[in-house]
Amino acid sequence: MLITKIKRVVRSGFNSFWRNGFVSFVSVFVMVVTLFVIAGVVFSGALLNSSLEQIRNKVDINVYFVTSAEEEDILAFKKTIDVLPQVQSSEYVAKDKALDIFKERHGSDQSILQALEELGENPLRALLTIKAKDPSQYDSIAKFLQSDATLSQSGSNIVDTTNYPENQVAIERLAKIVSAADKLGFALTLIFVILSILVTFSTIQLVIHSAKDEIAVMRLMGASSKYIRGPFVVGGIMYGLIAGILTLGLLYPITLYVGPFTEDFFVGINLFTYFMANFWQLCLIVLGSGVIIGSISSYMAVRKHLKV
Amino acid sequence: MPMIYFDKVTKIYPDNSVALEEVTFAIEPKEFLTVVGHSGAGKTTLIKMLLAEEKPTKGAVFFESKNIHKLKKKEINMVRRQIGAVFQDFRLLPNKTVFENIAFAMEAAGRTDEEIQSDVPHVLELVDLGNKIWNFPHQLSGGEKQRVAIARAIVNQPDILIADEPTGNLDPINTFDIVQIFKKINELGTTVILTTHNKGVVDSVGGRVITMENGKIIRDDKSGNYVL
Repeated sequence: MLITKIKRVVRSGFNSFWRNGFVSFVSVFVMVVTLFVIAGVVFSGALLNSSLEQIRNKVDINVYFVTSAEEEDILAFKKTIDVLPQVQSSEYVAKDKALDIFKERHGSDQSILQALEELGENPLRALLTIKAKDPSQYDSIAKFLQSDATLSQSGSNIVDTTNYPENQVAIERLAKIVSAADKLGFALTLIFVILSILVTFSTIQLVIHSAKDEIAVMRLMGASSKYIRGPFVVGGIMYGLIAGILTLGLLYPITLYVGPFTEDFFVGINLFTYFMANFWQLCLIVLGSGVIIGSISSYMAVRKHLKV
Repeated sequence: MPMIYFDKVTKIYPDNSVALEEVTFAIEPKEFLTVVGHSGAGKTTLIKMLLAEEKPTKGAVFFESKNIHKLKKKEINMVRRQIGAVFQDFRLLPNKTVFENIAFAMEAAGRTDEEIQSDVPHVLELVDLGNKIWNFPHQLSGGEKQRVAIARAIVNQPDILIADEPTGNLDPINTFDIVQIFKKINELGTTVILTTHNKGVVDSVGGRVITMENGKIIRDDKSGNYVL
């Protein structure tokens, strides 16, 4: 009997969806708008993240080692740095490499090259460039650099200086901007999503409100709440599925068109590539949101009229 | 033992209008009861009480010695499945065909697909609408709609058939036909409660008549005529 009931509920939901053509069309249309907002939020989140990532990648601190530091000690030190939870990566630049880079940069300046020559030895220090996972974590990395971990096997300090004190203000400000942008992005996302869900919810409420008398008659015939509600929920799920498919279908040409622009504007992310790369995930988000919003709205809207 | 018993039922709506006042009466099985009265006399409220659509402010309504308004939702559903209801405005489901409208009542009562397939055409033959089975309500005339509503009300072979002003929107010929159908249903053993303010209907039924005025029963005649 359960299967028969489910079959009847689904068939009835399906029928009323087609027979209420115009109403269904309007509901689907409103739902498409909502799902577009949700997809837009996902895309702008990706753009924001990519931009913030680019900014984060530009931030690092350099640790300069004393000229007498042994390479062995420096590499051991690099190992301790690399296992720190705050550290994303570190890059070691040996003394000779530092000299090469210096010469290359000042290749046209004869006087500097001459001065180097006269010194006879490499005056440059080896350095380690450290990138943190998050800009706010540089402070704790800097503190670590002042601890005993910077001692060599023989007990002398191998770290000469770091550029953290000079960059500190800039890094801290950046950290604040990044975290504020994150928070703002989240708040905006939440507001947009809630607003658009409310619009869909109200539309479905109106649609079901117009079936108020019908629900009352079903009640008077002794139909159970579940049996009355079922077809409406099926209808809500159909709004969600159809709107979801339409939204995904529209996103393809739209992202294809704006993709190249976003690549220029927002450092290095093409929305179309993003869309294709995350297609199944987006499918799940868009269709899932549609089905959930549609079914829950219908469920709640019918409940109001079931009191008879 | 009466099938239905109204025990000093009073209904006062939130706007303080008194729809029923200390109404007491009993209905026996297989009776054909006509309730007459002007608009606003309380006939429709009486019907709503019986269907548990409204709760009495005071008093109680018993159906087969159960207090209808003390029942749980599920039990109310069971009671409603034993009552067929027909309304002045037909109240068909607009997006369902004639077949589906009647099938819905059977589905709600938990009948099988086989029963639905065999009973729906049969009951439509009874009300002489066999050829309109796939039409939608908006494609039917008033009389046809009311006959669909009656078919829907009787398809589960209810113990009682309630009809609230069933002929209110119909012309005299359709009215006559509908009354004949009700009489037939009553002869087959179903209790019928009919409200009307149509003198012709009361006279052609010829059974027990309760007359209401301002929420009170002012006459209860075993075999009455329209006397308002």
